[in-house]
Amino acid sequence: MPWQIDLASYAVSMLLLPVVLAPVIARNQRLLSAIAFMVASVSSLVMIVAGALTVWSGRTQKIVLLIGLPDLPFHLRLDPLSGFFLTVIGLLALFVSVYSKGYVKGILAKRSITSLTIFYCIFLAGMYMVVLSDDALIFLISWEVMAAASYFLVMFENERIENRRAAFLYMVVAHVGAIAILLSFGVLAGLAAGFGSFSGYTFDAMRAAKFPLEWATAAFLLSFFGFAAKAGVVPLHVWLPEAHPVAPSNVSALMSGVMLKTAIYGIIRVTFDLIKVFPWWWGAIVLILGLISAVMGVLYALMQHDLKRLLAYHSVENIGIILIGVGLAMIFTSFNMPLLAALALIAGIYHTLNHAMFKGLLFMGAGAVLHATHERNMEEMGGLIHMMPWTAALFLVGCVSISALPPFNGFVSEWLTFQAFLLSPSLPSPLLKLLIPMGAALLALTGALAAACFVKAFGVTFLGHWRGHHRPNVHEADWFMRIGMIMAAFTCLLLGIFPTILIGWLDTIPEQLLGTKIATTAGAFGWMWLTPVAYERASYSGPIVFCGILVVVLAAYLILHVRPGAIQRVPIWDCGFEKINQRMQYNATSFSMPIRRIFGFLFHVKEQVRISPQAAHKAFPKKLYYSLRVRDRFWGWLYKPVIELSFWVSRKVGRLQQGRIQAYLIYSFLTIIVLLVFL
Amino acid sequence: MSLQVAAHINSFLAAFVLLTAFGMLVQRRMYGLIHLFAWQGLFLSISTAIVGFVAGKHHLYISSLLTLSLKVVLLPYILHVLILRLRIQKEVETVVNVPLTMLIGVALVIFSYHLTAPVRELSTLVTRSTLAVALATVMIGLLMMITRRHAVTQIIGFLAMENGLFFAATSATYGMPLVVELGVALDVLIAAFIFGIFFFHIHTTFDSLDVDQMARLKEGD
Repeated sequence: MPWQIDLASYAVSMLLLPVVLAPVIARNQRLLSAIAFMVASVSSLVMIVAGALTVWSGRTQKIVLLIGLPDLPFHLRLDPLSGFFLTVIGLLALFVSVYSKGYVKGILAKRSITSLTIFYCIFLAGMYMVVLSDDALIFLISWEVMAAASYFLVMFENERIENRRAAFLYMVVAHVGAIAILLSFGVLAGLAAGFGSFSGYTFDAMRAAKFPLEWATAAFLLSFFGFAAKAGVVPLHVWLPEAHPVAPSNVSALMSGVMLKTAIYGIIRVTFDLIKVFPWWWGAIVLILGLISAVMGVLYALMQHDLKRLLAYHSVENIGIILIGVGLAMIFTSFNMPLLAALALIAGIYHTLNHAMFKGLLFMGAGAVLHATHERNMEEMGGLIHMMPWTAALFLVGCVSISALPPFNGFVSEWLTFQAFLLSPSLPSPLLKLLIPMGAALLALTGALAAACFVKAFGVTFLGHWRGHHRPNVHEADWFMRIGMIMAAFTCLLLGIFPTILIGWLDTIPEQLLGTKIATTAGAFGWMWLTPVAYERASYSGPIVFCGILVVVLAAYLILHVRPGAIQRVPIWDCGFEKINQRMQYNATSFSMPIRRIFGFLFHVKEQVRISPQAAHKAFPKKLYYSLRVRDRFWGWLYKPVIELSFWVSRKVGRLQQGRIQAYLIYSFLTIIVLLVFL
Repeated sequence: MSLQVAAHINSFLAAFVLLTAFGMLVQRRMYGLIHLFAWQGLFLSISTAIVGFVAGKHHLYISSLLTLSLKVVLLPYILHVLILRLRIQKEVETVVNVPLTMLIGVALVIFSYHLTAPVRELSTLVTRSTLAVALATVMIGLLMMITRRHAVTQIIGFLAMENGLFFAATSATYGMPLVVELGVALDVLIAAFIFGIFFFHIHTTFDSLDVDQMARLKEGD
């Protein structure tokens, strides 16, 4: 009896309740937010149960919906892969929904949240449906519902022009991607059942079909382009740092944490499940773009001083890391090495889960900061740890996780990715043997730069003194927000300490897609030790590392705090300079200066220093102006020409519009004549 | 009446339809235009009746009567009233000069004959030779809409096009089914009313019925 998929569809339909109710109870905004976010939390819980149990059981369930186009009903399917993504979306949706209850309180005072709640629920439902759908039609419909709902969420504060621009850019990129996905499914469906019939639109028909290489390549490239546009793979990432910062923070958490993951789901679904047989260079494309995204994403992130923009660029980086895992899995699969492929795939999807958790946590933390200070610019913050200790501690957990430091979860998945990298010398091709380990070096660089970036993000925001000119009345986040963040932080810790158990749970996915398991080797030494492939090569024990760190921290705390007088608060040493003030602290720009010097060629940097003219002597300026602008080179390389071209074409085509009836009549007259002559 | 005679009379009437079409193309006076339009409708109606008689399709008599009442009496009357109300008896100015328009019209007629040549080879109907004339009438109607600036002449051009289409229907297939013809007749009537109402509005808005004025409605760059 397919009860899990029934449960999942109930959870989706549950989300429609607030949407229907919203217009009725829109007057009572408080009640509306309570009902909407409670329903969202409950439905996420149900979804977690349905998804997690499906992955655990490893069974596949299908239902055919009664709705749909005439003769083309909608199909739903719940297999371990979609169950896993349901769980990921459900987990973060649960945390964020609890958090939102507190977060929207700050918005309630200023504006109506009716549209926010409506589109929030539709957005969640859309993401669930993308993962559940089992034919091209409902997949694309859900995909568009998801994109449209998130567009309205980005547009929520629509009186600001930057928000409207960001939302428009997002919409354009999302639609270009959707067209590519549509074409890709068209190719697959056409080849599965012949171009004359429609029956190829189900994923089952595509699974059963065998595709000629050139057509499969076309389909793969199209769908990869489409999904990469959604995922924010460099160079299609430009919408991400625009749209994420301007959306409400709970929405940014969901967009960055899980919406990008639906694109990963799409890539895995199309390549491993629908096409199945592919040459190694497809994997190489994914791997290379993943590496570029990882390195460029983190470098761009380092240059930012807007907290949410920084986090948005980190999503680019992490999507890159996930794609590295997926790309390696594809390469290993094409050389028929299922065990290594399974390891790489596990690394990729483990990182998917981890990124959802810690990026959700970080965006929620950034939202709490924004909520308290009404400020996104880090240069204007500082010392928030004294006023917001909870938020600071939870944000720190997120920072440690994303920087891939043990004992948190980011470490485990990046470590697994490294293991997959280091196993590539067993590939039969000498070229790949040489090139792929270089990727490992780039991944290591990424990890180090990410750590630097989060030292900056945490240090500049929470440590030191307030840098801004006027100091707002900062308050700690309320309990709903705290609980949402605590749950996410706790999940980060658990995922870092017990990877073996989690991998045992995840193992049904490679079993379904690649026909092999890794738990037998990875968990050969019980839940304590994670030993991918073989214990002589590498092993990691989350619990032992955690206990070790706990002991060290405890010892340090005891040494410092047990003895009275071991810690004293004294004025800062000012190097003999007398008037030290809060503007002399390290700030975001100065912290990242060394890295900007080294990697400056990758950006479009415009740095200006101007000394005010009314100085007595050049050596003693009264005032100094410093301005720095770091811009994305891809914008000028890739997007500007396209934009200019489309404007040029529109201007030319616009000439046709004369405004004179005679001209329009001549157009139709000539068309008729031409058609009559040539047809 | 023998088939031969009927075909001759029909060709003769077709020639008159074409003649009136050319007449409308060069006629500068508004009243003259309406009279020519009415004449065209009359020739069309007679031709339809003859075709109906020869082919034994009695529903064509009804079409013929409809044409007579609508295109010979009612529409010219409406246009006449319109011109009186809006006081636009003055001469109609053209965009392209008259000889050039005539030359284009002649070219269109030749083109139509060339285009319908294969149909003439295959068809066995009495009226097959008039198909080219019908097509030419449609094209000349369109040409008239292009070369005139006044909104009322454009409408007459449009109605002339409709005449051509009707003629094509009778000559190519002995007319459309009666239901379709009734529908088309009703459409033309309603269109005439709507045009009338719009003319009043355009006239009050722009103080003129010169369609060039409407270029101002264009969205700027």
